[in-house]
Amino acid sequence: MAGAAGDVKALFSSLKSAYVATPTKLKIIDLYVFYALCTAVIQVVYMALVGSFPFNAFLSGFLSCVGTAVLAVCLRMQVNPKNKEFKELSLERAFADFVLANLVLHLVIMNFLG
Amino acid sequence: MGSRSVGAVGSVFASLILLLIGVLAFSIRLFSVIKYESVIHEFDPYFNFRVTQYLSKHGIYEFWNWFDDRTWYPLGRVIGGTVYPGLTLTAGFMWWLVNSLNIPLSVETVCVFTAPIFSANASWATFLLTREVKGTGAGLAAATLLAMVPSYMSRSVAGSYDNEAVAIFALIFTFYLYIKTLNTGSLFYAILNAFAYFYMVCSWGGYTFIINLIPMHVLLCIVTGRYSARLYIAYAPLIILGTILAALVPVVGFNAVMTSEHFASFLVLVLIHVVAVAYHVKRLLSPQMYKMAVMFVGMVGMAGAITLGVILVTLVAASPTKGWSGRSLSLLDPTYASKYIPIIASVSEHQPPTWPSYFMDINVLAFLVPAGIIACFCPLSDSSSFVVLYLVTAAYFSGVMVRLMLVLAPAACILSGIALSEVFSTFTRSLKYQAPLTVESQGSQDMDPSKMNNLSVNSKLGEHSALGEHSSDKPEKNELKEKSSKRSRKKEKDKEVLLKASESDKKKRLLGLPFEASAVGIVLLVILGSLYVVHCVWAAAEAYSAPSIVLTSHTPGGLHVFDDFREAYAWLRHNTEENDKVASWWDYGYQTTAMANRTVIVDNNTWNNTHIATVGTAMSSPEKQAWEIFQSLDVKYVFVIFGGLVGYPSDDINKFLWMVRIGGGVFPHIKEPDYLRDGTYRIDAQATPTMLNCLMYKLSYYRFAEASMDGKGYDRVRRTEIGRKNFKLTHFEEVFTTHHWMVRIYKLKPPRNRLRGRAKKKAKLDVKSSKLTSSKLLPRKNPF
Repeated sequence: MAGAAGDVKALFSSLKSAYVATPTKLKIIDLYVFYALCTAVIQVVYMALVGSFPFNAFLSGFLSCVGTAVLAVCLRMQVNPKNKEFKELSLERAFADFVLANLVLHLVIMNFLG
Repeated sequence: MGSRSVGAVGSVFASLILLLIGVLAFSIRLFSVIKYESVIHEFDPYFNFRVTQYLSKHGIYEFWNWFDDRTWYPLGRVIGGTVYPGLTLTAGFMWWLVNSLNIPLSVETVCVFTAPIFSANASWATFLLTREVKGTGAGLAAATLLAMVPSYMSRSVAGSYDNEAVAIFALIFTFYLYIKTLNTGSLFYAILNAFAYFYMVCSWGGYTFIINLIPMHVLLCIVTGRYSARLYIAYAPLIILGTILAALVPVVGFNAVMTSEHFASFLVLVLIHVVAVAYHVKRLLSPQMYKMAVMFVGMVGMAGAITLGVILVTLVAASPTKGWSGRSLSLLDPTYASKYIPIIASVSEHQPPTWPSYFMDINVLAFLVPAGIIACFCPLSDSSSFVVLYLVTAAYFSGVMVRLMLVLAPAACILSGIALSEVFSTFTRSLKYQAPLTVESQGSQDMDPSKMNNLSVNSKLGEHSALGEHSSDKPEKNELKEKSSKRSRKKEKDKEVLLKASESDKKKRLLGLPFEASAVGIVLLVILGSLYVVHCVWAAAEAYSAPSIVLTSHTPGGLHVFDDFREAYAWLRHNTEENDKVASWWDYGYQTTAMANRTVIVDNNTWNNTHIATVGTAMSSPEKQAWEIFQSLDVKYVFVIFGGLVGYPSDDINKFLWMVRIGGGVFPHIKEPDYLRDGTYRIDAQATPTMLNCLMYKLSYYRFAEASMDGKGYDRVRRTEIGRKNFKLTHFEEVFTTHHWMVRIYKLKPPRNRLRGRAKKKAKLDVKSSKLTSSKLLPRKNPF
């Protein structure tokens, strides 16, 4: 058991040390994703406690959070210098796409909300 | 591949060819207008046409709130919330556009030509999709094939104003954008993809095919170890955005998250996140650390997965439909519909297809598809695996329902286009490099017999076929296509020139065929392609252009036109009160509301089984009971379709058993065996008394024996003499019968008020006596 715990400890420390090396930009995106997911979880908990009556309200709130997270993950993949597939894609283009996608997503959400 | 090697000249040629393909796709669908007239076809298109008329007259807000009280009397129907609005909005927008440009087209004209316009769009979308998969040459070939594939043509001739006309374009375009996103990894295309999917959801219930096929492909990629960031970008935003957009369409609404058809996509969405995290962690950690992490996560994850599974199962059980809708279920279990839902089984286009219908609908493509699959595997990419998966699933679904042959057709065209272009480029290449390759080709043959086998398969198949663009010229659109074929040939040559540069390394792969073989192969390909074109043109001109409301027959005396349906609807429109209710079998509901503008009891929407069963029961009851049922529904007129005089086979007598089945499903006193003599359905002298007494028989054959030439009453559809002649109607009176007796309209006699005092007794007596007549009196008349 102690060996397993030690392994887990070693695992986490190596994860941590590997993660520390990531560029700050990506860390900010990670924080953003984390925040969006937390909001989604809070909404699900609230729904479970209070009920899902205006179902489109819950759905749009939840999907907006998840959608934001997904889009941010897409952005992270595109701007990650380790991803060789996106070398031709400039940072600006990736960010513009991200903004556009968010705009569309939230326009749709607002439409669905009402 | 091809797209990169085609230069500026080539792309100009390609766009010209595409333009011509569009013209071809549009013009080959005009046979129906030329041979008949510019009318809306069949049944459903009339409803769509009526909705479009309403939209253009009242505007879009009124359209969403439209409650239609002229159908499903007395229930009515909320049109705005129960139609797929894509087609209507598209045609309405086109109408608004041309009118705001001061081109005064009527709504009907726009509706008639919507389908041909969108089939041109569909062939362009096919070009784009196939180009993403296998290059420009294959794209052009596939687009040409799709422009005239009979299966698609059957649903998109001018006047066939139905959802599928627009939906097939939306389907192909959605797939194209998915492949494009997958190939580029651009978020921009992912958004466009979500919008294309939205358009598809708007236009056709078949969107569930997309929302299940794309997750299947993603799953396939994950399982085969082809996960990439591009796959994530192509999939995750599409599902999130697509789900909300689908929920925006009123007819889908919360079904987008509540029904099982959509659950597969959410499951795969969860899965792709797990896989994405796994790949990410793998890159961060050293290999042995990663192995440990997998072990650790595996243990925790197992428990998590089990709980997740339990939650999902309960969710499915708690969802309102307890699973899948009837039509989807009948896709998974082909026998489901015939067992449980007669109303789905009764529609002929929901039956499984026969083998000849494959040959009729996709013709030579059926032989080319296997070659296309081989070509897709040669270098297997994400996109080519998608096309193969699309074909396989579509082939399965087309085997379940004839109507879904339509989904198979684009897949077959894409794969055949790929096959043709590969075969052609092999042939032309071996023609071109014949001289320098004679020595080396032998060497390569010895070296690689398996490849040679592949190729000979290709070329054998190729002999049964031809490149669409080369072949399409011969019989019909000669001038138009002659150019395109020359151009594509030139383009091929351009390609060859470019290839020459890298000849040295390509040489090994140039499986040079003997000069004669390739020349003969090309000739055979062209001949078989022409056969395809001839078949397609024949199908367009003869098989699929009939509008089914105007019928024609060729007699020695010349063409004979049967215009009975419109005659009858016009009679109803001009000779009845505006608020009269007209009853008929549900097939004719849409036409009655659209053409006669009268309120109907049931129509082709078939949303309320009980209501349809009521009409079915009335049709299969004796006159008196039928009169009571119709009276309770406030019906003034009843009409039946009768083909016995002219030999029109799809009349109500032939559909009658379905009325009995559907009626009996709800009202158990209607029993199917009562209408069958020893299990066979007959209307001659040996028919059962129940059959000879039911309303449908009486309304169909009233005065038939007297009016027919020999006085015997010979039914030309059933090819027999009718069983009961010279009877009188007690509760109905004939008010109108069309020229060829195809539509017979009856009016309900008003209730007798003379015997009011004794009405109750009389009614009781009547019931008894009618029972007596049905059970005792008639057998006496019967020779048995």
